[in-house]
Amino acid sequence: MSAVPLASEASPPGRALALLRATGPAGIASAIVLAVAAFAAVIGPLLAPYDPNLPNLALAWVGPVGGHLLGYDFEGRDVLSRLLAGAQTAMLGPLAVVMISVPGGTLIAVTAAWCRGASDAVISSGLNVLFAFPGILLALLAAAVFGAGLPAAVLALSAAYTPYVARVLRGAVLKERSQPYVAALEVQGAPATLICLRHLVPNIAPLIAAQATILFGYAMVDLAAISFLGLGVQPPTANWGVMISENQVGLLEGYPLPALTAGACIVVVVIAVNVLGERLFDQAQDARR
Amino acid sequence: MGQPTGWGRLKRMRWRLFARRLAILIASLLIASFVIFAALYLAPGNPVAALSGGRPLPPGSIHVLDQRYHLNEPFLTQYWYWLDNALHGNLGISIALRENVSTLIASRIWTTAGLVLYASVIIVVLGVGLGIVSGLRPGRLDTSTLVVTAVSAAIPAFVAAIALILLFAVKLRWFPALGNGTGLVSNIRHFTLPAVALAFASLAIVARVTRAAVRTESDREHVQTAVSRGIPDRYVIWRHIVRNAAIPITTITGITIASLIAVAAVVEVAFGLNGLGAYLVQAAQSKDIAVVQGISLVLVTAFVVVNLLVDVLYTVLDPRVALGGSPR
Repeated sequence: MSAVPLASEASPPGRALALLRATGPAGIASAIVLAVAAFAAVIGPLLAPYDPNLPNLALAWVGPVGGHLLGYDFEGRDVLSRLLAGAQTAMLGPLAVVMISVPGGTLIAVTAAWCRGASDAVISSGLNVLFAFPGILLALLAAAVFGAGLPAAVLALSAAYTPYVARVLRGAVLKERSQPYVAALEVQGAPATLICLRHLVPNIAPLIAAQATILFGYAMVDLAAISFLGLGVQPPTANWGVMISENQVGLLEGYPLPALTAGACIVVVVIAVNVLGERLFDQAQDARR
Repeated sequence: MGQPTGWGRLKRMRWRLFARRLAILIASLLIASFVIFAALYLAPGNPVAALSGGRPLPPGSIHVLDQRYHLNEPFLTQYWYWLDNALHGNLGISIALRENVSTLIASRIWTTAGLVLYASVIIVVLGVGLGIVSGLRPGRLDTSTLVVTAVSAAIPAFVAAIALILLFAVKLRWFPALGNGTGLVSNIRHFTLPAVALAFASLAIVARVTRAAVRTESDREHVQTAVSRGIPDRYVIWRHIVRNAAIPITTITGITIASLIAVAAVVEVAFGLNGLGAYLVQAAQSKDIAVVQGISLVLVTAFVVVNLLVDVLYTVLDPRVALGGSPR
């Protein structure tokens, strides 16, 4: 028991920073990569040196030339500009999935573990049953029903990931629930929602943060795959997954750069997310021991 | 103690566990099939419009759809009819292709099954193999395995696909880039790159988990004791380390192989393979709902059954699971 069981006094940003510092150089490097990607997601279209959506068929597949570091894509659009603009949908989609499924999963986990007994048994077996739907499959079904697009894919993935989050967190909440401080607060007459919101959830916050990070990576890969399949972000909107599929033919014709660079963007961000998530997870586990 | 001990009890517990898993499997399939069926009603417009994908239909066809889907009956009755039909292998008719969905699925299922199986073999042989070797031998090999797998675990199947096409199909010309091929040898050549692309990230994850499990087990006291007593390495590795590490290895291998069933769609599209997943994507794009429902049902069933098989495998590998103990 190293951590004080009551919620720490430091402000949330201060705690987040301390959490990050403890992940070591690899964790900090990953956080920097993610910050750059997030920056591009917010102001990428403004950073883009050229119009990412302006085609010029005369320049199709032209390689890197002065001012156009990565050359042109199959429609003669500037690849670097499209990569920068594509960060937006590539990053915001997974963020939305995390913002829906992590609070949702946490709510289910806390409810199940707090009530214990029969309600917990019902919720837990419900989670086991819900596990039957792989995220991508649900997203394809949603695309067929609601039409292709990012919103349907985000909702479908959130629905598929929520039981996953709940299952992982339930164990941690159950353990926290049996800590003496919870019983002490209950004896003092503190309402259950207050104990959960003010004490229990903040105490498992590092674990939740680790889960959210790992989930972001999964969501990013799945959403990019759905866009690659033509059922997510719709062209001509720039997106890394879309860029791979629309420039795939270039591989066979000797112009691999547009598809490869888009793939590299996804891989770099996912590596950063995985490394950071793994570090945060190890740290959360160590702190709980 | 009136309790029967030993094998009799173990066997009974095994059956009880198996029955519980089977109940969860059936419940999972019922819920999944209900979601798939209900999709028809979530679609904007009425079910007839959803089934036809918005295409105008002659009155005759509408009548056929009414008959088949019992559209005038209550919702749950309709679901029951639909499920009953599906269980009898009747998955409806593709509006776009005017053909039986079951026939369309049957002609494509082996491509997907072959692809997933090929990828599974790669994952089990290379992933588990690499994990065991690097778990047993700390050092340079182990460190490089850790770094390489950290990178490849982050490479999605479609990115692996384009990299493999570029390297092995375009530059080296060892394997074809697109298509199914005909005949066994040609099939294997055509399926090699897709299977590697499909296996790529999972292989890395399986290798990492295997390595960690083997490392944990080799550090245990009974292994050290066995080594110090001069028991041959091979025996220690297989009976004391790998056998005990089998549970986490089976878990991660099972989970990743089951997830391949859905990811196969991406690989099939990237390599132009004529499989179920590619067909599902095409049907989703053209809003051919009956086909989407049929394929989803088949894939979800496969996914759930693979998960069940892994659960059953646990009890064979580690009797403590059946006896209600906690596997390590």
